[in-house]
Amino acid sequence: MSTTTADQNTNIWEGGATKPLGASYGKMMMWFFILSDALTFAGFLAAYGFTRYKFIDIWPIADEVFTHFPFLHSPEGFPMYYVALMTFILIFSSVTMVLAVDAGHQMKKNKVILYMFLTIIGGFVFVGSQAWEWKNFINGEFGAVQLQDGKIIQFVNKEGKQIALEDFATPDNAQIEHTRENGLWFEKGETTYAYTTTGIIEAFKHNPNVGIRLEKINPETKQKIVVLNKAEALKLLEKSTRVVRGANLEVNEYGSSQFADFFFFITGFHGFHVCSGIVLNIIIFINVLLGTYERRGHYEMVEKVGLYWHFVDLVWVFVFTFFYLV
Amino acid sequence: MGQHESNTKLIWKVFGFLSLVTIIEVILGIIKPHSLHYTNVLGTSILNWIFIILTIVKAAGIMWYFMHLNHERKNFVNSIIIPLIILIPYLVTLLLIEGTYVHNALAPFINWKY
Repeated sequence: MSTTTADQNTNIWEGGATKPLGASYGKMMMWFFILSDALTFAGFLAAYGFTRYKFIDIWPIADEVFTHFPFLHSPEGFPMYYVALMTFILIFSSVTMVLAVDAGHQMKKNKVILYMFLTIIGGFVFVGSQAWEWKNFINGEFGAVQLQDGKIIQFVNKEGKQIALEDFATPDNAQIEHTRENGLWFEKGETTYAYTTTGIIEAFKHNPNVGIRLEKINPETKQKIVVLNKAEALKLLEKSTRVVRGANLEVNEYGSSQFADFFFFITGFHGFHVCSGIVLNIIIFINVLLGTYERRGHYEMVEKVGLYWHFVDLVWVFVFTFFYLV
Repeated sequence: MGQHESNTKLIWKVFGFLSLVTIIEVILGIIKPHSLHYTNVLGTSILNWIFIILTIVKAAGIMWYFMHLNHERKNFVNSIIIPLIILIPYLVTLLLIEGTYVHNALAPFINWKY
């Protein structure tokens, strides 16, 4: 009897003597952590789905928002390409991770080192890409005006293609943004834009080739409604209260402010997971270099961080679908 | 642990499959075929349903091969998969139905004529 107790005590971190689920304690707990984290992300994405259905007729069209690609420029933009590249980067770093786990099973230390290193690099490249995507989203591209009641009005040319404020209006805002350089005491001021609503309305009146676009989507064409009639457009524009450029948590030039809120929150939370995954990977990488697992006789720790890393990839697969495709 | 045989070949095959699915998704996302995009089945277009199904296929591929669920015991796999496939569709279905309801209740009060 006493031998059984002693046996159970030595095996307590391995799931006890019986191992009902056939997995070590650490791996099992990593899986259950992943389960709970998956439910957290599912909650966020479900909330996104709720809000999107709530504003189904005015939700921004992702293809018109995420159109940038490094070093390439085109008026049409490159919807999907960049995010597809990011997806490949993450899937590829998942592959190098699983190769590291595989090499660990065969106790090939040098291969584990190589593949873990590639995985960490892949993680950094992904986080960098995410930062670039955020930068483009925050800076915006075309600019818009916001009406009293919060609606966003964008500007289009005769063909209904979106144009930027600088394509028809002249920058006429004399106010200078309050920054550390131009103030005696630095206090954060409101962001100011080169354009004013009155200037934009004047330019709009005098330029026959400019129309406006509403947030509202025509259910037949699944495109935003374009208003080329000047009188009708001016009735809306006269209600405008401010110029909007880019996106932040309060307002964005693409439409519903909730869109940017969810984008920042969910991709940010995912990016945070990627960052913590990189940190975990680096810790395990150093341990591999020091030969900790060689001495321990198995590379199960690589397998455990591998699980977490694959989970991060798994979440991205869903974020990719629900923010960019659907 | 002991010696395991190498699964490198299988890993690259799975990578090929995941890439292929992603490429199909991206191509469909760029061209948006008219006959799939302008439809409505159970609250969204057929195109969106294709995206969702392909995503779940990809997720299953990652969990099964990359996260090695194929090497785990069946009761352990079930203890992870069953909560997910019960709770997530449940939550999503309720929230999307409710979202549609809120939209139908509020949208008529938004003024678009000035």
